[in-house]
Amino acid sequence: MEFLKDPLKVVADWLLGIFTSWGIPEIFAQVLIGFLGVLILLSVLMLLDIFLVWVERKVVSRFQDRIGPNRVGPFGLVQPLADIIKLLIKEDTTPEGADRIVYNIAPLLSMMSVLILWAIVPLAPTMLGVDLNVGALYLIAAGAISTLSIIMAGWASNNKYALIGAFRQVAVMVSFEIPMLTVLLIPTIFARSMGMSAITQNQDVWYVFLTPLGALIFLIAAIAELGRAPFDMGEAESELVSGYNIEYSGMKFGMFYAGELLHAFTFGGFWAILFFGGYRFFGLEQVSAFLAVAVIVFKGMVGYWVIMWIKYTVLRIRIDHMLAFNWKFLTPLSFVLLMVTALLNAILAGTSSWVYISVMFLSNILIGWISLEVARAHSRREREKVEGMKKVVTT
Amino acid sequence: MSQWFYIGLFFLVGLIIPFGAIGFAWILGPKKPNPIKQTTYECGIETVGDAWVQFKAQYYIFALVFLIFDVETVFLFPWAVKLSQLGLFAVIEGIVFILILIVGLVYTWRKGMLEWA
Repeated sequence: MEFLKDPLKVVADWLLGIFTSWGIPEIFAQVLIGFLGVLILLSVLMLLDIFLVWVERKVVSRFQDRIGPNRVGPFGLVQPLADIIKLLIKEDTTPEGADRIVYNIAPLLSMMSVLILWAIVPLAPTMLGVDLNVGALYLIAAGAISTLSIIMAGWASNNKYALIGAFRQVAVMVSFEIPMLTVLLIPTIFARSMGMSAITQNQDVWYVFLTPLGALIFLIAAIAELGRAPFDMGEAESELVSGYNIEYSGMKFGMFYAGELLHAFTFGGFWAILFFGGYRFFGLEQVSAFLAVAVIVFKGMVGYWVIMWIKYTVLRIRIDHMLAFNWKFLTPLSFVLLMVTALLNAILAGTSSWVYISVMFLSNILIGWISLEVARAHSRREREKVEGMKKVVTT
Repeated sequence: MSQWFYIGLFFLVGLIIPFGAIGFAWILGPKKPNPIKQTTYECGIETVGDAWVQFKAQYYIFALVFLIFDVETVFLFPWAVKLSQLGLFAVIEGIVFILILIVGLVYTWRKGMLEWA
């Protein structure tokens, strides 16, 4: 039963026994085991990534009333493998005048920025890469590397479309990082820790009930961070063709594509960890570590599905509207939410948990409603202004 | 062993995996470059001039505004972690800090820096 509870430790001890019996010093054996563990986790993620290609294509075709891939293998499940073989045997072209070094590093960084996020994902109470006590900051820092890879790709391609796409994408990513950072502070206040593991363990009540508005702002900011529709102005197929990765071909393009999909799934997972209890599900995580992993993968998939749902339902927003929405609405709203949460958290310190939860929940709903009313009144004024101008023109 | 050692391992393996995939594709793929193939793709029209030109300055201003907020919100994390132990006074202090941040936002807004002009 020890294996079901804590499989990583059992396997690690077993391997350590083998390695030391071979005469490898213990410190090297530890390093080797750590390396193997990381390699296996990330390889499994890459396999999952291949499966995500199939999921994405199948779901989008259902949203658009199509069938999607169904020829290669049962339900088209082998389709992504065929795609990979195609990507592998494609010629890798470099445009003339490109900055070769930067051009080649960008796809590596794009993939790496996603993979390193999994260092802090708690998969089960006993299964996690690193229980970092600055997890929330690490999440933001890893996101900054993905921003860097995009500006590198756009700049080094020596292509105007790529450059414009990268400018837009980076402007959106850095702008929406502010509400995301601010909202990340709210689970930190509740859990009294920045560590993902501590945040998960503190969620006897899912934080989505304490801060529904915070969860919503995090989702919006995450979608913008991913550069997915409705915030995909950086890719904008109809005008920029493909945006920052336009000049990439073969596996380098594959790295950007796979990185984007895995990033979406990862943010689905972080949404689940921060607001939906992570691997916790009615004590199921205590039974076996494997069940806990199943729970968090399922929750991550649900989050990913919500992101896809929004992507294929909502229209693309113009870049100036997008940035105005962030700086004039989302950022002030997230700051107000943070201040109210901090204040209520101090005032309600001694009360029972039911009072605490219901007051937090109602305050969130109230803030959301007031902000929507303010936005509505503002848009009504703007509309009247435009209509007034039209009347002047026609008369 | 230090936690940061494992973070380093994640960085290393996270670079090795895409490097391996791209390297494998480089071995398998054909290599027949020619001048037409390597021209910049602009929907079939011949490229005029370099892409590395001065572009809209507005993006730079957004980056500047971001930088101010990003650096200052990082200061809030230690405050948020210790908030429950510090009591009402620290909360008020934090709120004053956030209000100063908001004054910065309002200033940028009133200056018209958030407009797409």
